[in-house]
Amino acid sequence: MRRLSGWRGDVLAALGALLVAAVLVLGLGSNGLVDFIIRFGIFGLLVLSLNLLIGTAGLVSFGHAAFFGSGAYAFGLLMQSGGWSVPAAILAALLWSALLALAIGALCVRLSEIYFAFLTLAFQMLIHSMVISWVSLTGGDQGLMGGVPKPPFLGIELARPTHLALFAAACLAVSAVLLRQVIRSPFGVALRMLRDNPQRAAFLGLSVFRYRLGAFVIAGTFAGLSGVLMSLYVSGAFPTFLYWTTSGEALFMIMLGGIGTFLGPLLGAATFLFISDRITAFTEHHGLFFGAVLLLLVLGLRKGMLDWAVEAWRSRRERHKA
Amino acid sequence: MDLGELAACMGSLPCVITQVSAGLTIGLLLFLVASGLTLIFGVLGLVNFAHGTLYMLGAYFALSAYELTESFLVATLAGTLGVAVFGLLMERTLFRRIYGADVLMQLLVCYAVILIMDDVVKIVWGGDFLKMDMPETFRRPPLLIGGGIVPLFYLVLFGITLAVALLLALGMSRTRFGRTVRAAAVNPAMVASLGVNTSFVFAAVFAVGSGLAGLAGALSAPIRSVVPGAGVSILIESFIVTVIGGMGSIGGALAAALLIGLTRSFGSIGFPLFTEGLMFLMMAAILLVKPSGLAGKHLA
Repeated sequence: MRRLSGWRGDVLAALGALLVAAVLVLGLGSNGLVDFIIRFGIFGLLVLSLNLLIGTAGLVSFGHAAFFGSGAYAFGLLMQSGGWSVPAAILAALLWSALLALAIGALCVRLSEIYFAFLTLAFQMLIHSMVISWVSLTGGDQGLMGGVPKPPFLGIELARPTHLALFAAACLAVSAVLLRQVIRSPFGVALRMLRDNPQRAAFLGLSVFRYRLGAFVIAGTFAGLSGVLMSLYVSGAFPTFLYWTTSGEALFMIMLGGIGTFLGPLLGAATFLFISDRITAFTEHHGLFFGAVLLLLVLGLRKGMLDWAVEAWRSRRERHKA
Repeated sequence: MDLGELAACMGSLPCVITQVSAGLTIGLLLFLVASGLTLIFGVLGLVNFAHGTLYMLGAYFALSAYELTESFLVATLAGTLGVAVFGLLMERTLFRRIYGADVLMQLLVCYAVILIMDDVVKIVWGGDFLKMDMPETFRRPPLLIGGGIVPLFYLVLFGITLAVALLLALGMSRTRFGRTVRAAAVNPAMVASLGVNTSFVFAAVFAVGSGLAGLAGALSAPIRSVVPGAGVSILIESFIVTVIGGMGSIGGALAAALLIGLTRSFGSIGFPLFTEGLMFLMMAAILLVKPSGLAGKHLA
């Protein structure tokens, strides 16, 4: 009964957030805001999927952008080939990302901690190199040029920024509800147990391998969706999507917001994008200022913002009780 | 892809010698960076993602020192010692706070350092490609060994790097300080309770590791372009070397660095676009078969 009400609460919250986004996009409609909402949809989805691995399953992946990039390339290539509608191409791109995650995950999830991180990084960079060297298919280091066609479907014209912003926000909202369900389900509980005490879980007869692989595939699939949105946003696909810096940025967003709460990564993504935009607006020395802000936040709080806030609030409540 | 050309090169001795000398140069520079990285990881437990930045600074320090004095010796010393001091300052102010923190925290702090230093370098030296002039002494026609072309500077570089590698290995195994460092890597609390100032030991190790990266940067300045962001590509390759060789092993780092160097130089003939891919393929293969790397997890 409680799980049902939790589920309903999530849907209501997601609908509320979507409504706010719709009012912002349609009501104010400033270009900067629409642009921000699209990017927030993309990176919000990427960090939520990555935090299923990091926060819930305790698997620190350095190669999550492999699935982001593969989703973008698969979608872009299908749309350029003609004859695919947008929803069909999205489904195919998600399936492709899931299969890739299944293959890579089957090799990676056997390793633990830092070795898992390095192996995921190695596979991501391997895919990056393949995309660079397979010029005839992918366009090499130029990326997928010539634009991605976006034929309208069900009255949705993704070529228009406002439609794309609402579509990205809707994808994020639906995915957030689904991912929250995954985390709350017995499967999610098992993942947390594997994170905290893998030996005990193995004694109880849980297959460490299967649960971790399951989480890896789910995370990879949602990262693929985020890549599809990126491909729609920039109307192409570029090798940087698959480069380690993209995985790095997702990790920083998560660290900034906090790994211990569901919404932490989203706060991190919004903060990262916002600070990054602000700094670009007033100085060309983006790295200098952005790095300094990062250092202050990280060394000041020693943890993500939302994790810090939750902890501060809890300890304050304890003190009031005492 | 041009595997035919690679096969043709493998069939001719001059081509093989030229490529091997180029590969050894790449490999030995990589070894200097990776040995510092692996030393810092082995002793301090810190994955120093900002290690490439130290390499880049070494190159810039050497460049400026050479412009002032026209002396290769001064330039090399400036790169090495300057970066060692810089590393020491970073350790005391920043990295000291994140020993034992989880790897994500270390990653974030290092990333901030990379962003800041890349911009600082751009402000001080400008964003253009720079190159240090080849020192007068080494400006001679390249040597012909067995028909292969080997620039004189490469031999100087081999000599310096191998001497440093030997010094490092002997220093770690034979000196009292080396023994203390190895003990502190295994059990810092015990070493501290025996009256050793481990905080000092850690700082010294960080400075030595930084100095090695600075030396590599200084030696690379006459043969590679010096540019902000140069640290990132060397960082990635050093990571491959460290993982293949085994995190914490200096001997393993040497073997892996030479392997990667030769892969790079021969790969540039046969499959220039996929050289990086092949390096990551090797890294993945090692991790799958023997995650602890070629040499396991011991300090040389």
